[in-house]
Amino acid sequence: MSLRVLVSVKRVPAPGARINLTADGQEVDTAHLGFTTSPHEECAVEAAVQLVEAHGGTATVLTLGRPEAEEQLRYAVSVGITSAVLLPIEGPDWDPQRTACGIVTAIGQLESAEGRYDVILFGNESADSAGFQVGIRVAHALGRPMVNGAKGIEVADGMVHVRRPSDAGEEAYALPLPAVVGVKEGINLPRYPTMKGRLASKRGNVARLDVTAEPGGQQLVRLFRPPERVSQTTILGNGPDAASAVVDLLEDLGVLA
Amino acid sequence: MSGDQSAPATARCVVIGAGIVGNCLVGHLARLGWTDVVLVDKGPLPNPGGSTGHASNFIFPTDHNKEMALLTLESQRQYIELGMNTACGGIEVARDESRLEEFRRRMTSAKAWGIDARLLTPAEIKELVPFINAEILLGGYYTPSVSVVDSLQTGTLLRQEAIDKGALTVFANTEVLDLEVEDGTIRAVVTDKGRIEAEHVVVACGVWSPHIAAMAGATIPLTPAVHQMADVGPIDMLAQTGKEVAYPIVRDMDTFCYERQTAGSMEVGSYAHRPIFHHPDDIPSSDESALSPTELPFTPDDFDDQMEQAIDLMDVLGDAEIKYAINGLLSLTPDGMPVLGETVEVRNLWSAAAVWIKEGPGIAQLVAEWMTYGYPKLCDPHSSDISRFSPHERTEHHIYARCAEHFNKTYGIVHPREQWASERDMRRSPFYARQQDLGATFFDARGWERPQWYESNADLLDRYPGRCEPRTHEWDARWWSPITNAEHLHLRQHVGMVDLTAFNEFDVEGPGVVDYLQRMCVNNVDVAVGRSVYTPLLTPNGGFRADLTIMRLGERHFRIITGAFDGGRDWYWFSRHAPDATSAQHESVTLTDRTSGICTIGVWGPKAEATMAAIVSGSSRAYDVSQAGFPYGAVRDVLIEGVPCTMLRISYVGENGWEVYTNSEHGLRVWDTIWRAGQDHDIRPVGIGVYAVTGRIEKGYRLMGAELESEYDPVEAGLARRKVKAADFIGKQAYLAARERKPAAILCTLEMTDQTSADGTKRYPTGGNEPILTPDGERIVDAHGRVSRVTTAGAAPSLGRYLLMAYLPPEHAAEGNELRVMYMDELFPVRVARVGSTPLFDPEDTRMRS
Repeated sequence: MSLRVLVSVKRVPAPGARINLTADGQEVDTAHLGFTTSPHEECAVEAAVQLVEAHGGTATVLTLGRPEAEEQLRYAVSVGITSAVLLPIEGPDWDPQRTACGIVTAIGQLESAEGRYDVILFGNESADSAGFQVGIRVAHALGRPMVNGAKGIEVADGMVHVRRPSDAGEEAYALPLPAVVGVKEGINLPRYPTMKGRLASKRGNVARLDVTAEPGGQQLVRLFRPPERVSQTTILGNGPDAASAVVDLLEDLGVLA
Repeated sequence: MSGDQSAPATARCVVIGAGIVGNCLVGHLARLGWTDVVLVDKGPLPNPGGSTGHASNFIFPTDHNKEMALLTLESQRQYIELGMNTACGGIEVARDESRLEEFRRRMTSAKAWGIDARLLTPAEIKELVPFINAEILLGGYYTPSVSVVDSLQTGTLLRQEAIDKGALTVFANTEVLDLEVEDGTIRAVVTDKGRIEAEHVVVACGVWSPHIAAMAGATIPLTPAVHQMADVGPIDMLAQTGKEVAYPIVRDMDTFCYERQTAGSMEVGSYAHRPIFHHPDDIPSSDESALSPTELPFTPDDFDDQMEQAIDLMDVLGDAEIKYAINGLLSLTPDGMPVLGETVEVRNLWSAAAVWIKEGPGIAQLVAEWMTYGYPKLCDPHSSDISRFSPHERTEHHIYARCAEHFNKTYGIVHPREQWASERDMRRSPFYARQQDLGATFFDARGWERPQWYESNADLLDRYPGRCEPRTHEWDARWWSPITNAEHLHLRQHVGMVDLTAFNEFDVEGPGVVDYLQRMCVNNVDVAVGRSVYTPLLTPNGGFRADLTIMRLGERHFRIITGAFDGGRDWYWFSRHAPDATSAQHESVTLTDRTSGICTIGVWGPKAEATMAAIVSGSSRAYDVSQAGFPYGAVRDVLIEGVPCTMLRISYVGENGWEVYTNSEHGLRVWDTIWRAGQDHDIRPVGIGVYAVTGRIEKGYRLMGAELESEYDPVEAGLARRKVKAADFIGKQAYLAARERKPAAILCTLEMTDQTSADGTKRYPTGGNEPILTPDGERIVDAHGRVSRVTTAGAAPSLGRYLLMAYLPPEHAAEGNELRVMYMDELFPVRVARVGSTPLFDPEDTRMRS
């Protein structure tokens, strides 16, 4: 059977080791930063492409975000996603509840126009706010089963088979279609776009759906940077001369009685 | 190398920046005997995160600019010496017809610099690069010596060499917080590991250089700019070579892109995208960067066109994955050349910036020599000298405008006479409106708008049939007009007026002025008030540093007149050698730049005297402007229609006449007065095409930056006088030594005896370093390794010849000797018409004195 797969992604900054915040503490300062798709979602995109490669069908990428997020949609198309849908918003990111609500509305519209999605993929969590919420809220609203933390996905016999590691070993799930899966980084090695893929994505159409939703209960007060951990190195000495200082230190630490 | 230790309290020299330049510089300083050198960088070693760390690291040695060609070849030699150079060959490919002509020009430059190169057919390109789409190509320019170098390891080796000599201490992860300046001289570098008092400080910080220099109040005019690169792969046929680079590097010249193998991948780089600049203050720190501070996030929209073109050229690239893509930062300057030398604002604060990998080690050596000897020996840094810029050319406004204009010319075809489109009308003479009415075509001279020729003189073309022939080859005719020849002939027969306002005027005054100027100049300046002196200035090594005229206006008042393009360099040289604020003599000499307040008109020709006699007066009566009353070289204060003017009887075009100087606000009245007075004599405005080229070359006059460079001395240039003055001057010992030995080369004027090319077109070399060759087509290199090449080329309309100037070794410097000049990859016969400085036109100079 050919599959209809939807994958939902989020545009996030690609920071260096030090993350700067805007003066009002409301956002990451992205003046010098590029943007990317959350790593878990990059793997979800790759998983969607692989499912369609294996079974045939279509893979659609969707994002709810500022219009600039079209860049991440096109990137997904450049690695093999069939079509792209942008749910444009203005201003700051929506909270998870509102985001999920908007996505559910969009899925409803898309499915009524084009048919049901067999598998809807999310990333395990977003790279910036890491709320772990949107996927499960969408699944719940749609009344579809969901497993998060997936490190393996296969579709067979009208079921999606999901594997995920646990402390005890590995958990295996079989979910009846349609289903929702939260993908975890490491499930695959996402491919890079080819030059031809990039050019094709540039020419492709990005559909826009306007959705509205009421704010949810979670509010951003402000972001702050945790105090930097300062580590200090003290050189006790060089060679045999250092021996007595080392002994003193070990005694201080209670290692030597 | 140091870990967390604090910086030393003092050092002889602190070099800031451990990229290709800073590392090589400390190595070369150590080789030249420097000790107590400190190298600091805010990043980690061996890759502190500057442009060196992401450079493409390849060298295409051919360059039309002599300075850049010599520095690149010297750099490549050093990379080879260190075992850091892998020759892979390189092919520049043409998609457009115009590029083939450029390749012929490149063949000519390759010949000049001794670079092995050849032209390829599309099929021959395909043999060397089997995966190229030869069907879209018209031809190629192949240089087997094109190479890939390891710039990080080269830097490490030279740094280590200096450490091993005991000359260097290195502080990585050390941020410069401030530069302290005292009395205009650098005093200390303040870092987060301590304050270092230093005699010399070098800013070798690449894209950060303006930011660091600003800490001392100095300017380094460059902007960080994006060069996009993408690494695509894996590509099986590249991986199968098992080599870092097995195939020649391809430069797709007409799309401004390159394709360079890196093991199993291909690196595609572009100079085709829109210019993208970053302010030096806005470059992120290493911690804030996803990759490195100079590897900024890729903006794919800017690269899509280049990708399509790259796939057109190499289909195999289309299915390769884009593994790594950056907006890499590199340094651009307003004119595309590096910025080297002591900053004009702060003594002993040096700039070694806007340097690319291909010329890094050579430039490091050049700067080290400059710091050691007072001027470099490797080659003349004339066009890289940081002091070359006018004040307006140092501004960010100018930097951005010019860099935006030339970025896409990185692989462009740039004519030697090509004019800038941006930042025009920066400086206008008072005569500008008149010149516009006369249909002047303006050329830019450091911001000045100078008429090159006047459309109003087109009627003269018919007066001189056969002597103002148009040029049929578009390249030769570009930025040129036959009207120049007509203006030339008219000036020689009647009279012309030339706008020379772009001259620079520096007044030197004070009780110490004679001693000071004697020390600066080769020729004796202690002449009578009202006389002028033409004189070279020399480097400590005895080469040319400047070439100018000085008027003595009073016992303690001299005025230096120098050319439009060298104003900045000459101002720096005079200022730098004037007694500084800490000297006991500092009030003995004052220097004032009068350039903006003074305008100048040259009036020359057989009717110049008659023209000026009618309008020049003393305080109340007619003034004797005859040769007897106002001899050659004399300077007089006069009135012209009531306007105070200074007239200097002199000529750079070989005709009787004057340079007339007045304050700018008077200029238009003086122009109009001369214009009216000259009507009876058919006076014409004459452009710089005559002044700087045709008039000059007929008289064999030498030009700073063309014939006159630090690589040559006055004996070789034919400018040595019979006697040497008693007073000491910069370069005197070297000059005396040069006078005692046989010159290794002599400046000659050659005439083209047949300008017809194989296809029947008559050709006119532009004077862009075309090599002079033996009749067998062999390069001519003198005993010091200097190649014979064209320094100036131009028509001599009064002689009916096309002339070239070139230094020739003594064995070739014989009048009548038949040689060849290569132009556009073709040999043309030339004959040595003159050895030395005696003019071909009016050899006795009777016209100037009659």
